[in-house]
Amino acid sequence: MTDKKKPLSFQLDVSDFLPAEQEEKQSLVVMRKSVSFWKDGLRRFSRNTIAMISLVAIILIMIFAFVVPYFYPYSYEQQIRGSENLAPMQYSQQELELKENGESVFPHILGTDSLGRDTMIRLMMGSRVSLLVGIVASILVLLIGSTYGAIAGYFGGKVDLIMMRLVDIIYTVPDILIIILLMVTLKYPLQELAYSSPAFEWINTVGVGLICIFIVFALLYWVGMARIVRSQILSLKEQEFVTAARALGASHGRIIRKHLLTNCMGTLIVTTTLQIPSSIFTESFLSFIGIGVAAPMPSLGSMASTAIDGIVSYPYRLLAPAIMISLIILSFNLIGDGLRDAFDPKLKN
Amino acid sequence: MGKYVIKRVLLAAVTLWLVATITFALMNLVPGGPFLSEKTPSEATLKALNEKYGLDQPLIVQYKNYMQKAIQGDFGPSLKQRGRMVKQIITTGFKVSARVGGLSILIAALIGVPLGSVAALNRGKWIDNVIIVFTTSGIAVPSFVVSTVLMLVFSIMLGWLPTYGLSSPLHYIMPVAALALYPTSYIARLMRSSMLEVLGQDYMRTAKAKGLSQFAILFKHALRNAILPIITYLGPLIAYTLTGSFVVEKIFTIPGLGSDFISSIINRDYTLIMGTTIFLAFLLITMNLVVDIAYKIVDPRIKLK
Repeated sequence: MTDKKKPLSFQLDVSDFLPAEQEEKQSLVVMRKSVSFWKDGLRRFSRNTIAMISLVAIILIMIFAFVVPYFYPYSYEQQIRGSENLAPMQYSQQELELKENGESVFPHILGTDSLGRDTMIRLMMGSRVSLLVGIVASILVLLIGSTYGAIAGYFGGKVDLIMMRLVDIIYTVPDILIIILLMVTLKYPLQELAYSSPAFEWINTVGVGLICIFIVFALLYWVGMARIVRSQILSLKEQEFVTAARALGASHGRIIRKHLLTNCMGTLIVTTTLQIPSSIFTESFLSFIGIGVAAPMPSLGSMASTAIDGIVSYPYRLLAPAIMISLIILSFNLIGDGLRDAFDPKLKN
Repeated sequence: MGKYVIKRVLLAAVTLWLVATITFALMNLVPGGPFLSEKTPSEATLKALNEKYGLDQPLIVQYKNYMQKAIQGDFGPSLKQRGRMVKQIITTGFKVSARVGGLSILIAALIGVPLGSVAALNRGKWIDNVIIVFTTSGIAVPSFVVSTVLMLVFSIMLGWLPTYGLSSPLHYIMPVAALALYPTSYIARLMRSSMLEVLGQDYMRTAKAKGLSQFAILFKHALRNAILPIITYLGPLIAYTLTGSFVVEKIFTIPGLGSDFISSIINRDYTLIMGTTIFLAFLLITMNLVVDIAYKIVDPRIKLK
């Protein structure tokens, strides 16, 4: 009777008026063990099937990107002569001969590129770059944005006015234009720095392109976080526990760290998680137009970009990076949505 | 209202000036110049070229000269594309980009709004779930993936659509589709949540109680209120279409503003970098400004700060 309900009708649903079952009654009993914020949130999060599946997917991708390469017989920059342009699971002439001699040759699961590099390992390294960029950039954004926002919100008044005006300006700056310009500009001083002083040699190990991306994202993306944290702090600082802490003689720093920031933990977690996919998005975009991570280090964006040149002859080369990048971004988005529902229901919309 | 508008316009002007200054500084920080490409010209030619374009003067003088001219709308000649003015390059490029971008925004709105409404009205049913899955993946897939996969399927495998240029209406299909996917999905998601909120409001019950038809309730009360938040999204949407166009223009070889911008940076074409950056920044900042003010006018419930 009620199943043909019109979307706008206010017809009552009979099933809403059935007597409550034992289980439902149980859930209303107040005398259960008190649950901490974390436990409550985690419990809600783990009930969210889609978010859990995404979490598993991300963990698998992380293993794929960070662990598997150590056991993989090929390296991402190794050019195997005579094995250029192999199709997935295909062996080159030499490798076939080796196999006939009884030696075992690891198959090129996704084939090789025009320089004879194994696509599978490049895909792993590309995913590693994407994950690194997403996570490191988001942590930087978290650190800068939450400190800045907390200081502005806590002190209020003129401090807030001046600090937030700066945020407003950075917020209106068209980020992608400045990101592209900064990427091109930063490369040279960083390279020089890496060669000139031994203390900065680590820049070369991580890769100049990656460092550039971290710096640029940290410089531009913290403003969103700062705004959110500030608005939370503004309402939190009026509450009694802050007055109590102040009465007990706590310093400003301690109040901000121990009382205010811990109270907006939910927002911090959710905003940071949702920052990850957008950083990955921008990185792949930059690498695609050719100014992201420098060769020979692969990135999913640059792999897709090179695949386009040979798209007529080797269309399958495009699919692996394309699917991988979409999968990573989708999973992080879904985890972020799940965390938001679990920890910070107010943030919805 | 007047005070708010003045404040916002001032902020926009400061931002634009800041972008221009940062760009000028960054551009000159990069080693190499516009005339130092593969074929390095002789010392004398280089000197003459630098003199001709005023690059031999101290930076601060160059900056002052440039800004004075830029305020009057004179962006000077391109350093690399001989005989073309920056303004001319921007106008031709923008015409192309605006056509592709405008079409995709239009399509995104025309598909996204009904899609989100249908999902909200059928909350929890299979059609809602299908729309949610579609829009969630539409947000996750970068535009370069969409473009290349479209190209792979429709041009290379099926051979139905041309791969590059914009010479016929058929050429527009793929670039526009690739650019429109993300905004369509985003608008649909926004529309769904805002529609759900509106459907739960008291005035919906009132409308129903006074005996309005389903049609009137839906179009006059629900849709008009639910569509408001979409307006705020139009600013970022235009920004997205522009950045997305960098990639889409590269893939489909479209001679638009995005490809001008990227090639100008790679070629160190100083005047063209400045011109395109200022123009794009101006466009984005103005769009955001107009959208914000329009939103406050359309929805009187919003308090002006």
